[in-house]
Amino acid sequence: MVPITTLHYLVVAAALFALGVIGVLTRRNVVIVLMSIELILNAVNLNLVAFSRLWGLHGQIFAIFVVTDAAAEAAVGLGILIAFFRNKETVNVDEVDLLKW
Amino acid sequence: MLESLTSYLTSNTTPGQAGNVLWALIYIFLVFGGVSLAVMAMNWLERKALAHFQVRLGPMRVGPHGLLQPIADAIKLLTKEDIIPDNADRLVFWTAPLIILCASFAVYVVIPFGPTHAITDLNIGILFMLGVSSLSVLGVVMAGWASNSHYPLIGSLRSSAQMISYEVAMGMAVVSAILMTSLNRSGTGTLSMIGIVEAQQQQQIWYLFKFFPLGFIAFLIFSIAMVAETNRAPFDLPEAESELTAGFHTEYSGLRWSLFMLGEYAAMIAVSSIAVTLWLGGWLRPFPHALSGETWDLVFSLIPGFIFLILAAVAFLGVVRMPKDPYFRVQTMGLAGFGFLLGLIGLVLFLGPVRERIQDIFWFTAKVAFFMYMYIWYRATFPRYRFDQLMRVGWKVLLPISLGVLIGTAIVGVVD
Amino acid sequence: MAPVATPFFFYFLSFLTLASAILVITRKNAVHSALALILGLLAQAGLYLMLYAPFVAGVQIILYAGGIMVLFLFVIMLVNLERAQKEEQFNRQWLAGILAAGALGALLVAVFLKGRALFPASTQPIAEASNTQQVGELLYGPYMFAFEIASLLLLVAMIGAVVMAKRRI
Repeated sequence: MVPITTLHYLVVAAALFALGVIGVLTRRNVVIVLMSIELILNAVNLNLVAFSRLWGLHGQIFAIFVVTDAAAEAAVGLGILIAFFRNKETVNVDEVDLLKW
Repeated sequence: MLESLTSYLTSNTTPGQAGNVLWALIYIFLVFGGVSLAVMAMNWLERKALAHFQVRLGPMRVGPHGLLQPIADAIKLLTKEDIIPDNADRLVFWTAPLIILCASFAVYVVIPFGPTHAITDLNIGILFMLGVSSLSVLGVVMAGWASNSHYPLIGSLRSSAQMISYEVAMGMAVVSAILMTSLNRSGTGTLSMIGIVEAQQQQQIWYLFKFFPLGFIAFLIFSIAMVAETNRAPFDLPEAESELTAGFHTEYSGLRWSLFMLGEYAAMIAVSSIAVTLWLGGWLRPFPHALSGETWDLVFSLIPGFIFLILAAVAFLGVVRMPKDPYFRVQTMGLAGFGFLLGLIGLVLFLGPVRERIQDIFWFTAKVAFFMYMYIWYRATFPRYRFDQLMRVGWKVLLPISLGVLIGTAIVGVVD
Repeated sequence: MAPVATPFFFYFLSFLTLASAILVITRKNAVHSALALILGLLAQAGLYLMLYAPFVAGVQIILYAGGIMVLFLFVIMLVNLERAQKEEQFNRQWLAGILAAGALGALLVAVFLKGRALFPASTQPIAEASNTQQVGELLYGPYMFAFEIASLLLLVAMIGAVVMAKRRI
């Protein structure tokens, strides 16, 4: 069996990133778009931690900060979602078009 | 393979650390069986103790003094009809009790019953335990959502809000205990469960008494938070029958409800084990340094045997006081047999080699049993908190006090 | 201590992660997506453990799976998604989206394969036993400023979320 190198983890992270981007670009439900953004952040984290194996613990510190930021962003994003849902009773991204000309 | 069986017995690490899969599996089965037995015993003890607190007798019919009542309950629950509500989400309905069960049982992987009597010893033991026990909130939320009915939904929202509120105070109290582990000679603390108890052994003080009253207040905060975390009285509004008709597990019947109950009792034992490990010295016997020496070691090592002999004596007293009616003959014989079994275990615990190995496990189990009895005592004594009072206590009382204790511990630790 | 059966666990955990990611972006029911995401996050914590990062794995379980996903599930329960389940799930640009993401993924993999020679020859021996201590020393040493800014960020996010979700300010 091929020994597992850093490249294997990077390929997994790239695939996860691509799946997250697909989710953001193609889904209409805002909650699922936010969850796809979490997938993207996780892919970045995996990349950071995989590289920290080569170059020291700084990648892990960055990963911890990314997790913290993801928590803050999820909280604010869901707050916006609740505020918008209260106004318009829909969770479709297509219908967030109040400012459209 | 036989060599791996016997050679492990003389090593001094946990099976997980040694990479010994066979012994790890044996320990896992032992812990799983022990916890299941403890849950059944806890079920019986709760009903009997609550009854005696309320000046009544509790279950008396099923076995002698209701000793076989948990088995009767288990048979009843297993043979009940499995009802799933009409528009319930079947997948989520089915996985919710499994998540709670797995989260509660996964915590037992790192609980140290002795310096080598644990399934494994992770370097991030406490972090792992806090994280995995917080996964049971997900099971609660899923159970309420999947039931497609308003009582479970409100119950699960309240229950999960309560659990995540008290997790914060719990975490702070745990951190203040971890801070104390770094006050040893090498100056580095540890997050591993075995390391925490060894730090208490090295600093020759249980963290309950360290920097009095800081350690004690942290212990009290953790005790209160752990009662709220496991949805037990007096914080059991989300599952109280008079309030919400059993809250998030209203729509669960039979085997699924018993999985919830199993998960709840397992979580109770797990958080009690965390409290025992962090503040009460884990497997250390009382006064290892004040009363040290060969004779005191011998005296303390005879205590397990004596306790079982006292229990056997109580069982035989019950035999003597049984009515002489022929209807009770089978029960009398059963109780006498049970007393005989307890006496036999007590006598076995007096033997030399058994005494040495059983010491750590006995003291750990005794301390956890003390916590279990306190749970029942709280349930019998305190009235229920209303939900807004509950949240107020969690955020406005426990969190500031735990922050203060944390800062105080840090300052005293540096200054001392 | 040498890790046990590393290739097996790597393939198993990465399969779980990618399968749950696919489930997240394809499920109609938002609760099922959230559950799949939880599974993916836990599998990723396992991948972190394999990369000798136990502290980050613990943080991932506590914060991501035990905190952020609970937040998501609360909001999904508060927001009535029954009507959204019966609507069209994918928008009109779905093909362009998949092609773009596929091109991005292929670009990333091509960059990695080309730049493989730039990686160091061997991995640094990271001690697993003192990982938490070293992370702590780095966080409270060189990265102290970022640490304080992160706590300020969390405070701002908390206030923002509460203000936005209130009915009347």
